[in-house]
Amino acid sequence: MAEALLEVRDLHGHYGESHVLHGMTFDIQPGEVVTLLGRNGAGKTTTMRAIMGLLRKRTGSIKYQGKETVSLAPNHIARLGIAYCPEERGIFSSLNVRENLLLPPVVLPGGLSVDEVHELFPRLEERRNSQGTKLSGGEQQMLAIARILRTGAKLLLLDEPTEGLAPVIVQHIGEIIKTLKKKGFTVLLVEQNFHFASTVADRHYVVEHGRVVDMVPNDKIAENAARLETFLGV
Amino acid sequence: MFELIGVAPQALFGQLLLGLINGAFYAMLSLGLAVIFGLLNVINFTHGAQYMMGAFGAWMLLNYVGIPFWGALVLSPIIVAIIGMIIERTLLRRLYHLDHLYGLLLTFGLALILEGLFRRQYGSSGLPYDNPLPGGTNLGFMFLPNYRGFVVIASLVICLATWFVIERTKLGSYLRAATERPDLVQAFGIDVPRMITLTYGFGVGLAALAGVLAAPAYQVSPTMGSNLIIVVFAVVVIGGMGSIMGAIVTGFGLGVIEGLTKVFYPEASSTVIFVIMAIVLLIKPAGLFGTAK
Repeated sequence: MAEALLEVRDLHGHYGESHVLHGMTFDIQPGEVVTLLGRNGAGKTTTMRAIMGLLRKRTGSIKYQGKETVSLAPNHIARLGIAYCPEERGIFSSLNVRENLLLPPVVLPGGLSVDEVHELFPRLEERRNSQGTKLSGGEQQMLAIARILRTGAKLLLLDEPTEGLAPVIVQHIGEIIKTLKKKGFTVLLVEQNFHFASTVADRHYVVEHGRVVDMVPNDKIAENAARLETFLGV
Repeated sequence: MFELIGVAPQALFGQLLLGLINGAFYAMLSLGLAVIFGLLNVINFTHGAQYMMGAFGAWMLLNYVGIPFWGALVLSPIIVAIIGMIIERTLLRRLYHLDHLYGLLLTFGLALILEGLFRRQYGSSGLPYDNPLPGGTNLGFMFLPNYRGFVVIASLVICLATWFVIERTKLGSYLRAATERPDLVQAFGIDVPRMITLTYGFGVGLAALAGVLAAPAYQVSPTMGSNLIIVVFAVVVIGGMGSIMGAIVTGFGLGVIEGLTKVFYPEASSTVIFVIMAIVLLIKPAGLFGTAK
C-alpha cells in the first residue's frame, strides 16, 4: 500500500470540558474520496476541525504527507495543502462573490485557475458582483467548494456539502466531486446522506462516539447494508 | 438671507469650520475604534490616551530631538502604533476568549495609567505647540486659517484612503472576512493573529496621527484624550459599531451639527451629540450604519 496522504492515529479532542473524540484512527490514500459516516454528534465535524487545527484541544497524531500537524496553527496546516469547506459554508456577507472566490490565498502551485473554476461553476461568474450571502443555498455551497480549488490544496475537507439542498443540486455536487477526483484531488467527506456518499466515495469510515468503528469499501456496500443501517439508523 | 435667520455669516461659517475640525478628529478617532472593534471585538478605551500620546510624541520629538511637525506627523504615529502592538501582544491577546467587558476594563485601566504618567511628568495645564502653517486665506465670506484648512483636508484624505483600503482592496477583503469569521480565514492559511496585531497598531496609529494634527490646533495636555473620547464613543454608537463609512460620515456630520448648535442654541452645544445618541438608540439600536450582530 502506498504511503497515506493523511494518517490519523488515536486522535482525542475536547470542547472545553467535554471529551468529544476518543481515539479516531484512519487513513486517506492520495486520490481517494473517503467519507466519515455517522449519526449527529458522532464527532465527524469535530474530526475535520481537528485536522484543520481549528479544534484547539487535540492530542494524538495527524500526519499529512508524513509531517506531524497535531500541534500546528490552522494557517500553517492550510499552507501544507489542506483546505476546509465548513458545514455552514462560511460565505462572507461583507464580500461579493468574486471577493469570496479570490479570498483564500494560493498556498501551493497546481491549483485550478479562476477560468477553470468558472468552467466548473458557471453560475458563480454570472453572479460575481452579488453579495456573498445573497446567493441561494446551492450557489453558496458551490462558492464554498469553488474557492478552495484555486489554492493548490490537494486534500479537501468537505463537511456535509449536500445538507439542505434540492436533489438536482445534490446530484450536481456529486458530479463535481467525481470531476475533482479525476483532477487528482483527495477528498474527505462528512456525510449523513448515505445514499449520496455511496455514489461518490471509494471507502467509508463509520464513526460512533468519537471513534472509527468500521471501514467499508464502496464495492462491499451492498453486503454490509444491514450492518450500516444499525450504525446510521435512528 | 442671513438677516432672515438672524445670524452673522462670519459667525455661522466660523462655527461651521470649527465643527468640521472637531468632526475631523471625531471621524479619525471613531474610524480607528471601529476598525479595532470589528476585528478584535475590543472596545479600545485606551484610544483617547493614544491620541494624547500622539500629540505628546510630536511635542517631545520637537523639544527633545528637534524634529519639526512634518517629521513628527509620520514618526509619532509609528512610535505610538508600535507601543500599541506591544500592548496587544502582551496584554490584550490574553483576553480575546473572554467577554468584551474584560478588554474594556483593561484598556480603561491602561488609559488611566498612561494619563497619570503624563500628568505626573508634564502637569495638567497643557503645553503649547507652534502652528506649522501660520497665516490664512480670505475666502470672501470668511477668513480661513491655513492650518485649520489643512487639518480638514488631511483628515478627509486619511479617512477616505482608509475606507478605500478596507472596502476595495484584497488586503481589506482579508480584514472584512476576518471580522466575520477569523477562524475560517486562518484556516485558509492567513496568519490572523499577526493581522490582529497589525490592525490594532493601525487603529492606534490613526489615533496618534489625529493627536499630532491636534497638537497645534489645541494644547498638548494629558487630559486632551479623555475630554474627547467620551464624545467619540457617542459618535461610534450613533454611527454603528464596526461600520467604516458610518464612522467617517457620523464623525464629520456630528462635528458640523455641534458647530451649528453653537450658533443657534449655544446652551445645548455640549449635549446635542448625546441627545442625538439617545434618539438613535431608541429608534435604531445598532446605529445609523450598523447591522445588528
